[in-house]
Amino acid sequence: MAMFLIRRIGHGILVLWLISVAVFALFFVAPSNVAQTLAGRQGTPETIALIKHRLGLDLPVWQQYLHFLGNAVKGNLGYDYYHQVPVTHIIGQALPITVSLALGAAVLWLALGVFNGVISATHPRSLADRGLTLFALFFYSFPSFLLGLLLLYFLYFRLTLSGFGWFPAGGYAPLAGGIGPWFQHLLLPWVALALLLAATYTRLTRGSMLDVLGEDYIRTARSKGIRESRVVVVHGLRSALTPVVTQFGIDLGQLIGGVVVTETVFSLPGLGQTAVTAINQQDLPVIIGIVLFASAAVVVANILVDIGYAVLDPRVRLH
Amino acid sequence: MTSAIEMVDVIDEPKAIEGRSPFSLALRRLRKDKVAMISLVVIVLIVLMAILAPVFAAVTGHPPNEQYRDIGLTPDGLPRGPNGTFWLGTDDLGRDILVRIAYGARISLLVGVIATAITVVIGVVLGLAAGFLGGITDTILARLIDVVLSVPFLLVAIALVSVTGPSLTVTVLVIGCFSWASVARIVRGQVLSLREREFVEAARSLGAGDRRIMFVDVLPNVIAPVIVYTTLLIPVVIVTQATLSFLGLGLPPPTPDWGGMISESQNYYTTAWWFILFPGLALLVTTLAFNLFGDGVRDAFDPRADRT
Repeated sequence: MAMFLIRRIGHGILVLWLISVAVFALFFVAPSNVAQTLAGRQGTPETIALIKHRLGLDLPVWQQYLHFLGNAVKGNLGYDYYHQVPVTHIIGQALPITVSLALGAAVLWLALGVFNGVISATHPRSLADRGLTLFALFFYSFPSFLLGLLLLYFLYFRLTLSGFGWFPAGGYAPLAGGIGPWFQHLLLPWVALALLLAATYTRLTRGSMLDVLGEDYIRTARSKGIRESRVVVVHGLRSALTPVVTQFGIDLGQLIGGVVVTETVFSLPGLGQTAVTAINQQDLPVIIGIVLFASAAVVVANILVDIGYAVLDPRVRLH
Repeated sequence: MTSAIEMVDVIDEPKAIEGRSPFSLALRRLRKDKVAMISLVVIVLIVLMAILAPVFAAVTGHPPNEQYRDIGLTPDGLPRGPNGTFWLGTDDLGRDILVRIAYGARISLLVGVIATAITVVIGVVLGLAAGFLGGITDTILARLIDVVLSVPFLLVAIALVSVTGPSLTVTVLVIGCFSWASVARIVRGQVLSLREREFVEAARSLGAGDRRIMFVDVLPNVIAPVIVYTTLLIPVVIVTQATLSFLGLGLPPPTPDWGGMISESQNYYTTAWWFILFPGLALLVTTLAFNLFGDGVRDAFDPRADRT
């Protein structure tokens, strides 16, 4: 187990390092006129040169990279070009919003996906099964921005027009300002995200539940006279959840850098929207910082998933 | 009068036994799947709409980028709803939404098919190489797959497009270069177990080289999961393209494409429901049809998945 962890963490660091090289190369090879933008319209060549020097942009790319890497190892991802705010600080500000969005949606999609999956698996080929599969695929097919806009149209615009101002048009209310407004601002984004992701979980739960319900020990449990609901939930669901947990870890890791669209549609200033703003301003340190942070989230999630797999299923040995 | 011998001949005439490969069995199952067949019809209709886009323009008399600022907009300069001239209404510049949807189908399908093809070819070749050749090739390719799968795809795609400037080629390449890794992973996993099988040993003892064994002997055995994955990848790619357009990184205007139309409609959704509804519906129907069809293909190629 210890050896496995060391190897996995080693691989993770290698992957992150490769990503940092690739991202760095990508953006520094591309033409950039940040110094020009910062200097303004009247910027003289001297001003521009000065700004370039101050930002370290006059050094060769490999020196800039080594500088970046040296700081990154110490937990410093550099400063943004425009206000000299530490990138770690910017990430720290945006992260709670993205995490609120991802975790809240996760609760919804897990509940929805697992519940529907169990219903489908216990009534295979029934009308409910087909209906739920169709329901899942319908929302799975929705482009996230379209679903978000439709939710805004009906649940914000139409409802507010009819005198029910239950949902705001977007934006974020920090948890510190009370759980009510926080919840109110996040409910629509949660629903939008959860409906998209629930499909995978419905299918996954259904498939593995069908496999598990065919096992001998389920028959044993039934023949002992245990209530069917208890057989399904306690005996069946417990082992059927292993692939669901795996997928859950992977999805959660990817959401840290993957909720760009939902954040844009609902004007949530999380990591995704921050990155998009940075991209539009060519604010390289912020882009690189967020891309690396999001990649790290995926790498860590994958390691946790492997460990979780071994904990949940004693047959799996890590080596 | 028929002789006994002739009678026996008639009876003994062996009925031709149809040889059924797993592939034709899968096709047969697919053909019986009503939902999948209806989806296929819808897909064909969308393809027809894309091909016949100029006909839409000719019948309505409205070229896709023509701005009818007089008859296409209300006196307040707002889009006009569906009417006899503009069947699905007009957009914020007074252009015919129906005609633009038809032309937009070309972009979605083109990107969907080409980017998926690139993804699958890269993924299959690299997955085959990694799984079959093993050793250092596998180590390098496996790390590369890890890297690509760990990168926040949409963020890097947006960053890339903002650096290079939006165009059809960039969109296709970005999608292709970032999506191959999951195909490669699936193929690699399958090949890892296939290469230990007897038929590979047999081929090798007959003197076949690595490349021949990989593409002639091993490849056909991984084709089923690849087909399933490919069908389900097309809608994902179409949505990705639309998403890039929605974020303003699709095709430069005035090229009609669905994501861009939906993006333009955002400021008008309170006043002009048709502006968002019809392009949105076109996109949703397309992805839904591909997903339902892909679902049918999956069930057809993997009958175990649906059996109780």
